[in-house]
Order: sequence, then C-alpha cells, then structure tokens
Amino acid sequence: MSEPAGIGPITVKKRRGGETALYGLIYLLSAGILVMVLYFVIYILTRGIPAVTPAFLTTAPNPIEKTVGIFPSLVNTLYIIFFSLLIAVPFGVGGAIYLNEYAKHRRLTALIEFAAGVLSGIPSILYGIFGYVFFCLLLDLKVSLLAGVLTLTIMVLPIILRTTQEALRTVPVSYREGALGLGAAKWHMIRTLLLPCSLKGVLAGVILSIGRMVSESAALLLVAGGSAMYMPAGSLFDQLASSGSTLSVELYRYAYSRGDNETAFGIAAVLLFIVITLNILTRLVARRLTATGH
Amino acid sequence: MSRRRRKPNRPRTSGPAGAGPSARPVGAVRRAGAPVERAMHGLFLLCGLLAVAAVLFMAVYMVASGGPVIAKVGPGPFLLGQTWDPERAQFGILPMILASLAATLGAVLVALPAGILSAVFLAKLAPPRIAAALRALIDLLAGIPSVVYGLLGALLIAPAIFRLQTVLGLPTRGSLLAAILLLVIMILPTIISVSESAIRSVPAPYEDAALALGSTRLQSLFKVTVPAARSGIAAGAVLGTGRAIGEAMAVIMVAGNAAILPELLKPVRLLTASIPLEWAYSGGLHREALYGIGLTLFVFIMIINIVLNHMIKKGGVSLDV
Repeated sequence: MSEPAGIGPITVKKRRGGETALYGLIYLLSAGILVMVLYFVIYILTRGIPAVTPAFLTTAPNPIEKTVGIFPSLVNTLYIIFFSLLIAVPFGVGGAIYLNEYAKHRRLTALIEFAAGVLSGIPSILYGIFGYVFFCLLLDLKVSLLAGVLTLTIMVLPIILRTTQEALRTVPVSYREGALGLGAAKWHMIRTLLLPCSLKGVLAGVILSIGRMVSESAALLLVAGGSAMYMPAGSLFDQLASSGSTLSVELYRYAYSRGDNETAFGIAAVLLFIVITLNILTRLVARRLTATGH
Repeated sequence: MSRRRRKPNRPRTSGPAGAGPSARPVGAVRRAGAPVERAMHGLFLLCGLLAVAAVLFMAVYMVASGGPVIAKVGPGPFLLGQTWDPERAQFGILPMILASLAATLGAVLVALPAGILSAVFLAKLAPPRIAAALRALIDLLAGIPSVVYGLLGALLIAPAIFRLQTVLGLPTRGSLLAAILLLVIMILPTIISVSESAIRSVPAPYEDAALALGSTRLQSLFKVTVPAARSGIAAGAVLGTGRAIGEAMAVIMVAGNAAILPELLKPVRLLTASIPLEWAYSGGLHREALYGIGLTLFVFIMIINIVLNHMIKKGGVSLDV
C-alpha cells in the first residue's frame, strides 16, 4: 500500500486473502444458483418435451391402447383455478378494502392481518386435512373438485388480500379526498376510483394465486383425490361434485406410485411452461404498475 | 412476485386520512348513514373477517380431529413413542418429529448462509443486468411446483447419494441427506428474496460511513449492512423454516419414508410424509393418528407463525414473498 489508509479511493486498497476468498465464495455461489436453475429448466424440458404431443394434451389415458393423456387433469386444473378465484377474488379484495379504507380499530386490523399471515404460513398438507374434515366430511361434499375449490379458496385468499392492500396503499390520499370533497359517497368513491386504480394489484394477486394453485398437490390429493382417467362428461355440477386430480397431483401419481417417469416429465414440462408464463406475466404487470406510477 | 421497494415505517393500519368520519373533509356530503353505504361497510367487514374465521375454524377442526387419538394413545406414547406400526396399533411419532426437525434444521443451516451471500450479491455487488437475470431465475425457482422438485430430487439428488452410500457400504432407497439438499433448494428463494429486501432497506449512509472510516467494501457490507438487516434476515430464516417443515410431496419422493430414528445417510420419514402416504388406506384409529400428526404439525407451524409475527412487529420487517 503506497498511500496512507483513508486517503484516495478505497477500492484500490489491497485485498486481504480472506476478502478474496469471500468474494470468490459469493460469486461462485451466485453463479452456482444461476447454473442450477438453468440446468433444472433444460433437464425438465429435454426429458419432458418428447412426451408432450398433441394427443398427450387432448386425450384421456387409455390403458387398453397403452396411451397416456392429460386432458382430464388439465380441465380439472382449470376448474379449480377458475372457481377458486371466483370466490377468493371478491372476498380478498373486499377484505383489503375494509382493512385499508374502513377499519378504525387497530386491534381488529391487526387481528385480520395476523390471520392472513397465519393462513399464508400454513402448509398445504394441513389445508388438506382441514379441507377433508370440514368440507368433505362435515359439509358432506365428499372427496370432490368442489371441496378442492373451497380449500384452495382459503389458501389463496391471503395472497389476493395482500396484493390488493399494497395496490390500495399506492393510491394517493388526495384522490380519495378529492372524490369525497366533490360529494361522492364512500362506496361510490371506492367503486369508481379505488377499484380501477388498484386493478393491477388485484391482477398481480390473481397471477400469484394461479401459480400457487397450479403447484398445489398435497391438499388436493386429500380433498379432491381421484385420478383423472376419463374425459370430462356430464353437467358442470356433476363434474365438480366428482373427484379428480390436477396436473401436479397426476405428476405425483405417475412419478411416485406408478414409476412412469416419462409421463411425469411430460407433465413437469407442461407445468414449467405454465410457471414460466405466469412469471413473465407477473413481471409485465409489475412493470405496468410502476410505469403508470400512481 | 411484486418486487416493489418497501416503504419503511408505513402506517400499518387506519388507512389514509379521510378513512374515518372524523377525518372527512369539511363540506363533504355525509351519506355514511345511507343504507347502501352501511351495507357495503358491513360486506367489506365480512370479507375481512373471513380470514379470521378460516383460521379459527382450522384451529378448532385440527384440534377436534387430531385430539382424540392423542387422548386415546396418550400424549406420551404418541409424541415420544418410537414405533409407528399402524397394523399393530403402534402410533409413536417421535422418529418423524426428530426427522422433520433434523431435515428442517439442516436445510436452514445450509440455506441461510448461502442465501445471505447471494442476497448481498444481488443487492450490492451484482451489475444491474446480472442481478435482474438472477432474480428472475430465483423467482422461477420459487414457482416450481414441489412435485417437480420431488421428481428432480429422485432423479438427480437421490442417485448421487445412493452412489455415496454404496461406497460406504449401506445403500438405501432415500435418505435424510437427500431430503435436506432438496429442502435447501426449495427454501433458498424465500431466504434470498427476504434477505435481499432487508439488505436493500438498510440506509446507504451506514455503509458510506463504514467506507469513510476506512473499511473495505466487504467489511462494510458484512460488519455493518448485514448486521443492520438482521431482523429481516431472521424473518426470512423463520419463513424458510416454516416452508421446510411443512413440505410434503417433494420430500416423500427422496426421503425413503422409513419411520426410524433419523441418521444422515439412512431413510427417514418426515412428519408430513405419513399423511399423503397412508391416507388412502387408513381408517379408524389409523386415520385418527394421521389427524394427530396433522395437529402436531399445526402446533409447530403456529409457534413458527407467532415468532414470525412477533419479529415483523418488532423489527418493522415486511415480507414481500
């Protein structure tokens, strides 16, 4: 070191051996994570894509002709996502509006936020047990897609609640004051001003929720059960009242119970495609959110 | 995952000014008493209370379903019994409790330092483009379904450990080590993103002051910034612990699922594993025992949640996960 310590740019200071090692470790680790994720993605896709044929996506498994197809579980996944969101979005958004716009009691707000936090920390296998005991047995819904829908509704409720709350917080107070000052009633102000302004936050919550539901397996294995062997038939209600498995549950069955890794990787590739799409959508929504900058 | 900057010390409750009637601007038409207004207020309150009701119902039904078996078998034999043999009505879950604790602890002990280092890299050292790319990949890692992890673990991690076991002379199907490695990968994204946002929220002057006093970049990061972010990092660790202890499907596919006392290179069965594994063919007391395992897990999770909630309140941490 030619210069006295503390004078001149600090970065020219000679690194000690320990520092170099730490830098090395940090870079190595970060590079390792990068390589690992890329390797996983490539591995899944190269092993899975050969299995993903048009017939694979559009037919039911046929044990006689020994063909596999995931169409029934694809449909079950869509049912679960659609109907869970149908219930969770209004309740989640409503809850967020209450917390942000109405709640005056600190205790009540803290209680609701605590409850939402607890819900998001409960592992899916426990949702499975609760859903089975409450929806399947007590409400007598049997092991069915409907029980799966209701169980997952509770699971994604805190996600919608939190993202909507975050979006509502970004709406300036002056907007609200302006609307109220012009004589708008509160509900009118919420409907015409806050809801449109927080739409993107709700959308972010919806995308996150879809991701969670697509990944879900443990809970659905217990409450929706069944394997997806047949093409969907009968009325919508009949379909919801019968058991059936989603893509993730089918993947578990193929990989663990039946030892059919080729099909399992085919499903994994489909799931990965969905997850990557959802991640890109999240990014687009987040960018829009900051770009419009309210 | 939305990655907006968190705002420190944002008002936690009470909403914006103008939410309460007292804060309503002077001259605003007061129609708070109108039936529609009151109805909407009630409706929103109901929506908010749904989360509270769900937690209450869950707690009640977990206890109602899991309690009886613990009463019948006895809390001692159930929690401390070493034999799980449903056919002979032996329901001791100690091996599973210990296996779950070992797997979780092992996973957090590996993932935490690794996660902190990567978080420092992301928040402070990485060029913006590389950081953005890495963050995207870590978000992807967080979004991969656990069954897919199970599949990867069974085909990539388990065989490698099998080779190691063969060298050591005791090859088994699945092991605690495989479960730990898989859980490390699964909780890394959580720990990294929570730690990163905690590190980012440390005011820049802290680091600048350390640099001005003559410390190197790394000294300022690891002796000032990271310690200042410790409450956030700790919250990330607790969140990761919760994820690890609750994970079921992925570990089933690599752990071997033998209900014996845990050893690193032997198969283990985690608490979560018995439930999906034996669910389909269990009945009577056996099914109740599975509920009992659920209750045990629920208690663990509630303890973790309460610790986490306490940390969030105390440390002003926000979890963007």
